[in-house]
Amino acid sequence: MSYLTEGRRKGIRSWILSTDHKRIGVLYLVSMVSLFFIAVLIGVLMRIEQLTIETPMFEPQTYNAFFTVHGVIMIFMFVLPGLPAVFGNFFLPIMIGAKDVSFPRLNLLSWYFFIAGTGLVVASLFTGAGPPDTGWTFYAPFSLTSGTNVSLGVFGAFVLGFSSILTGLNFITTIHRLRAPGMKWHRMPLFAWSLYGTAWIQVLATPIIGITLLLVIAERLFGIGVFDPAKGGDPLLYQHLFWIYSHPAVYIMILPAMGAITEIIPTFARKTIFGYKAIAYSSLAIAFLGSLVWGHHMFTSGMSEKANLVFSLLTFIVAVPSAIKVFNWTATLYKGSIEVRPPMLYALTFVFLFAIGGLTGLMQGALAVNVQLHDTYFIVGHFHYVMFGGTGMGFFAALLYWFPKMFGKTYNEKIAVFAWVPIFIGFNMLYFAMLVLGYMGMPRRYFTHLPQYRTGHIIASIGGFILAVGLVMFFANLVVALKRGRKAEQNPWGGVTLEWKIPTPPPLENFSIIPRIDDRPYRFNPEGS
Amino acid sequence: MPIIPQASSAAGRVDSVFLFIFVLCAVFLVLLTAALIYFVIKYNRKRHPRAVDIEGNKWVETVWTIVPTILFLMMFVYGWTDFRYMREVPREAMVIEVTGRQWAWSFKYPNGKQSTELILAVDKPVKLVLRSADVIHGFFIPAFRIKEDVVPGKENYTWFSPTQLGSFDIECTVICGVSHANMLGKAVVVPVDEFKEWYFGDETVPTPGRTIPTLPPEIAAHPAVNVLNQRFCLTCHSFDGSPLVGPSFKGIYATTQTVLDSKGNAREIVVDDDYLVRAIQDPAADILKGYPPSMPKTSLSEDELAQVVDFIKNLK
Repeated sequence: MSYLTEGRRKGIRSWILSTDHKRIGVLYLVSMVSLFFIAVLIGVLMRIEQLTIETPMFEPQTYNAFFTVHGVIMIFMFVLPGLPAVFGNFFLPIMIGAKDVSFPRLNLLSWYFFIAGTGLVVASLFTGAGPPDTGWTFYAPFSLTSGTNVSLGVFGAFVLGFSSILTGLNFITTIHRLRAPGMKWHRMPLFAWSLYGTAWIQVLATPIIGITLLLVIAERLFGIGVFDPAKGGDPLLYQHLFWIYSHPAVYIMILPAMGAITEIIPTFARKTIFGYKAIAYSSLAIAFLGSLVWGHHMFTSGMSEKANLVFSLLTFIVAVPSAIKVFNWTATLYKGSIEVRPPMLYALTFVFLFAIGGLTGLMQGALAVNVQLHDTYFIVGHFHYVMFGGTGMGFFAALLYWFPKMFGKTYNEKIAVFAWVPIFIGFNMLYFAMLVLGYMGMPRRYFTHLPQYRTGHIIASIGGFILAVGLVMFFANLVVALKRGRKAEQNPWGGVTLEWKIPTPPPLENFSIIPRIDDRPYRFNPEGS
Repeated sequence: MPIIPQASSAAGRVDSVFLFIFVLCAVFLVLLTAALIYFVIKYNRKRHPRAVDIEGNKWVETVWTIVPTILFLMMFVYGWTDFRYMREVPREAMVIEVTGRQWAWSFKYPNGKQSTELILAVDKPVKLVLRSADVIHGFFIPAFRIKEDVVPGKENYTWFSPTQLGSFDIECTVICGVSHANMLGKAVVVPVDEFKEWYFGDETVPTPGRTIPTLPPEIAAHPAVNVLNQRFCLTCHSFDGSPLVGPSFKGIYATTQTVLDSKGNAREIVVDDDYLVRAIQDPAADILKGYPPSMPKTSLSEDELAQVVDFIKNLK
């Protein structure tokens, strides 16, 4: 018996009315992967447009809608809720020895908020005067005057925020109240630590974007004039409010991915994590410092020079805990007993791509260089290295790591490795070309480009197509595994955290007897080192 | 970084900071990747079946906290110093007023001369005062390594001294509507003598906006042409029947068209005086089907409005 077969209800109702944290995790997984592929498709269409600028495939207005919708879906519906909602929901209670999260019904409600928000955004595409064309950042006053369906799209993002807040609230309470006996804070797996840091940002920062987006709607409907300079409002105020949330949101996105990587690397190196406390507290340091650097999105906005100075300094300081994590992962490999199976391959790829993302971030943090790079393809390349190379690759690694546990099926490991080749090559062609184009001066959000950027765009587009092929292979492999995969063992990778000590797939309430924890996690060699 | 010209006083400085950070980053990335690959091979399970548990090492951890912190602070200081230079305008700089609007740039010089191209004298510093007539734009000349947002209701600035003769691209970097990608311009750097000749030349002051297409004299003489040009209508609407961002003025009057209201409902209308006035004052109310809803609201005086309507009515 497992959570997949047990339960009072049958059929679809057993899923959409379930308060089981594992089923909710799966609901999120299915909705998000579908949305992810819609946004990938839009990304491919944008790369086609850049290849066909002489006889454009799409109208400029359509292209503007493409990058807006691509951004909104990827950010608000995949990267941001991704790991907490899927793997956090599924594994956090199991990893800390609990039967469920603190508020199971609230947890289901959060999924309904997610679906409602998604529905509203989708509705904004097909109703009114057409899909929003402002970019996912909705900068005022353009978002106030654009004739497109901005209000509905923004309202969708507002509703999605509630899903995030409720999930964060649930995780904080769960971690504080439901740890198994003996699981002290320093005995928690590091994935739980990363979710804890994330949850605080979700609870504290999301309301700010909520109220900001409501103000945009109020301004469009009633002309209240908070952001519109024609009415005495301040467009920079919008940018401040937007980034006060949206920069910490970047850490909502990356921290859980770092947490997942921190689970995977020790398992495949058969070795305890190097610097447990450093990793745990650097998660909290990142969550705290990351809340103070929003101004680095505004270095060219005409903000005061003092503000530029302080935000630049803080930006370099927040890089320190991120660097520490990279060193810790690398040091964990030292004198390990390493086996590179698919989850490990993707985890190592995460470290490499995230490092490029972080290092290109340093370049933008330097004020003089930022002047050249701001709002160019360099930024687009940089945040795809962080969000896709980081969070996306972390999501893939986590999916490969926990898939057998979640569904009780094994996937074809050879195909997972084989799909890595086009993903890795395509990814770097696409986004490294963007870095170079950006330094040359290619601005973002252009439906066309000047002749000097031609070569770069061709390389990027080809890379994009290769990447898309890899992604299809990756997920097709998992879908086939669901249907035809062999039965998975209880502990296929030799992990030592609690999820590997219960049956595969997990039973309805995870544990028949709540375990007692009397040691640190990641004890692969209990008889001493 | 010779992938683009270094054509201003700021360019070399920006590139040197970039190069400093780039080299450090490249060294770090190579070391990191080498370490990952080396460990994975050396401590492969076949070769190294039994792992050695290492929980941490205070010394190593202290070193890898302090060394990056120092390097990061160096990057910060270097970036800040050259940024200071880029924000401190020399006193002798000539002040040029830049206006960004959907979707064109215009430049006004101290003597009142206006231009749609940024004409500059080589090696002479200029301060650009940036204003927006509508939404936020971004003023960017990649070859000069300068960029500053152009924010409505706010006056921003940037300065530089061009160091190379030639023509360089000006680009808008903040999404500002359907023709954002076409909001381009040219900075033309000429020798000082040539600049003086242009600057003090007595040719008529060119009006901002696109060059007025050659028109039959009876049309060109119409007072509305000047209004349309000054309000930048001609960026998106043509006189000759060819659709640009918006429909052409030619022959549209009295035709039956399908429009979409702000909720997206389609209906048929006849283009008459009332519709034209509404299309100018509240463009989002009824958008001609097939065109983007991107026209800004335009306030014209009663006279101007009447002139424009009359003009469109008679452009057959």
